[in-house]
Amino acid sequence: MKLLLQGGLIIDPKSGLEKKLDLRIEEGKITEIGSNLIEGESEVLDVRGKIVAPGFIDPHVHLREPGGEANETILTGCQAAAAGGFTTISAMPNTKPCADNEGIIELVKNRGSRAGLVRVLPIGAISKGREGREIAEIGSLYKAGAVAISDDGNPVTSSEVMRRALEYTKLFGIPVISHSEDISLSAGGSMNEGYWSTVLGLKGIPAQAEEIMVARDILLAELTEGKLHLAHVSTSGSIKLLRFAKEKGIHVTAEATPHHLLLTDEEVKSYSTNTKVNPPLRGEEDVHNLRMAVKEGLVECIATDHAPWCQEEKEQEYSKAPSGISGLETAIPVIWDTLVIKGNMSWLEVIERFTVGPACVLNLDRGYLAKGHEADITVIDPNLRKEVKAENFYSKGKNTPLDGRSFQGWPVMTIVGGKVVMQDGKLKG
Amino acid sequence: MGIESKDLLSMEQLDCGQVKLILQTAKEMEKIIRRDIKKVPTLRGKSVVNLFYEPSTRTRTSFELAGKYMSADVININTTASSVVKGESLKDTGKTLEAMGADIVVIRHGMAGAPKMLGSYLKSRVINAGDGFHAHPTQALLDMMTIKENLDGFQGLKVAIIGDILHSRVARSNLRGLTTMGANVWLCGPPTLIPPGLERLDARVTYNMEEALEGADVVIMLRIQLERQKTGFFPSIREYSQLYELDRRRLALARKNCLILHPGPINRGVEISGEVADSIQSYINEQVTHGVAVRMALLYLMLGQKGE
Repeated sequence: MKLLLQGGLIIDPKSGLEKKLDLRIEEGKITEIGSNLIEGESEVLDVRGKIVAPGFIDPHVHLREPGGEANETILTGCQAAAAGGFTTISAMPNTKPCADNEGIIELVKNRGSRAGLVRVLPIGAISKGREGREIAEIGSLYKAGAVAISDDGNPVTSSEVMRRALEYTKLFGIPVISHSEDISLSAGGSMNEGYWSTVLGLKGIPAQAEEIMVARDILLAELTEGKLHLAHVSTSGSIKLLRFAKEKGIHVTAEATPHHLLLTDEEVKSYSTNTKVNPPLRGEEDVHNLRMAVKEGLVECIATDHAPWCQEEKEQEYSKAPSGISGLETAIPVIWDTLVIKGNMSWLEVIERFTVGPACVLNLDRGYLAKGHEADITVIDPNLRKEVKAENFYSKGKNTPLDGRSFQGWPVMTIVGGKVVMQDGKLKG
Repeated sequence: MGIESKDLLSMEQLDCGQVKLILQTAKEMEKIIRRDIKKVPTLRGKSVVNLFYEPSTRTRTSFELAGKYMSADVININTTASSVVKGESLKDTGKTLEAMGADIVVIRHGMAGAPKMLGSYLKSRVINAGDGFHAHPTQALLDMMTIKENLDGFQGLKVAIIGDILHSRVARSNLRGLTTMGANVWLCGPPTLIPPGLERLDARVTYNMEEALEGADVVIMLRIQLERQKTGFFPSIREYSQLYELDRRRLALARKNCLILHPGPINRGVEISGEVADSIQSYINEQVTHGVAVRMALLYLMLGQKGE
């Protein structure tokens, strides 16, 4: 089986390549990148006017299985990822039971490969039961295939436990992903604290609830020389702290979500629970500073924090409804529209945040195009403009505040290991 | 002319003209309340459902009486003795009431936004009778009626709202309503009970009660929820009263004959001294009467005029 992607604009941030070229795939690998490649017996895919990029990597998704199958399964999550233009996703461990043991890591890995769509990389828990008391068997998790550890959804409240986790993971070289939240400040809150929380009468969560933990974890990363990755940073203060840490040479990386880069807390005025997310949507200045930080590369990757919930879960009173946005199937157009069309980022820079960035965070030999390398490819139509239709999501979670909004720059093909898994928004095979 | 939008959720949706209409209508309604035979046939054949998720005596009773004085059928749903305790969602409860033919659902809920959510599911009209810390428009309207009846208009008045502003839907709704009508609203309480961003809502904010009272035409005292002390917003009830109790001495700072309002129920000796609560300047009981009148006006404007 040979494929020839013909006439696309190939953008590979790692090598800096940005040129109209053909790309041939054989036996799941890239065999040729060049101009006017002969068709031969290859099946030709016409990608003129499209961008051919390394497969996009989402380092932060929730697949809900095991335990939350009403909201998502590994299969439907993989379908959403493929439809959304991602070739690799890493799954957070807050399932029921949680991935604090190698059994769950194996399960996620196996069901991920059985789905046969995208690559699923499990993330293990930091602590047993994600309770923040004792560190989990991180060695076993690593051996079973965990690419990182995180108690995402919960912060590690004990500084001592976080310290040990950052120290112990040095043995394996995997990052500790921090869900930075001081729960004594955020408890009971359901949106950003500020003018809008006052107007809407909802309990606010101050930016400092995030920043205090970001600061703590940066200092612990300095102490331990471990690898810290900050999940979903959302405030101006977190960005200042990140800059401080990087200038000091502390090993810290960070991700930002499409929703925090697009929406402000004003969105909550509809009381639509699809705007409820943790960390909450922030103020205008935060959104602006976050965009600048992504542009600059201070925040090196985009992560969806895909958090699917079924309708019943979200159809509750705002303060009772669970937090989360179903993000896999809108991430690329949201970012393209916001940061390229309406922003000042180049195509290459944006692609870098979806490929090289997350690959670097998770230590993956992925996120680039090269001869002999596995053919994981995302093809984007930079001119395609269409509306988000949540009802058509492959994900079981239709919980998006973006339903009905129009964005430009959609993925039109996802190729994983040489196999086309999505074409024109539809799954194949 | 009536209330255009399907639901009455907050004061933001009412402009100056609509507030005037409601208050004028309420004045007419008050005449009915003062009659010997308090019954008019205006809402005969209409049904009003009181869906209260939080305990309430005066708001629930006044909606009930308002409906009954106008011959509507009024049902009270006690959520602690209904399918709500069996875990029924707000949406399902609302749909059930609609299926039974409720023309209007009056909802009180502990969580902000619940009335809006209910309204989005139902064809029945919805009145917000208080949701979380968000809004309590009928309370604001009855407070405004009390002010209007006694001070002849709102323009340029200094209205001081004092107490737990952070957790107060009454403060938020009064702020919106009163500023719409041209009053100057001062909000006052300890810093731990003042939410951010109030200046953007045209409020003057002070922690100092004396400053808030200085020359005030109206003082609205808020009930202090005793459980707030446990969550650390202030150290003790004793200290709170020392700083924020409206007593004779402090009242002297306000304009002579300044109106004293309180949404009730009052904590005597905590936010207001018994002496002040019972004084001639206290309009707390008049507020209750106006509460019925305003709710009659709203039910009439939202139900009575259609199809006539």
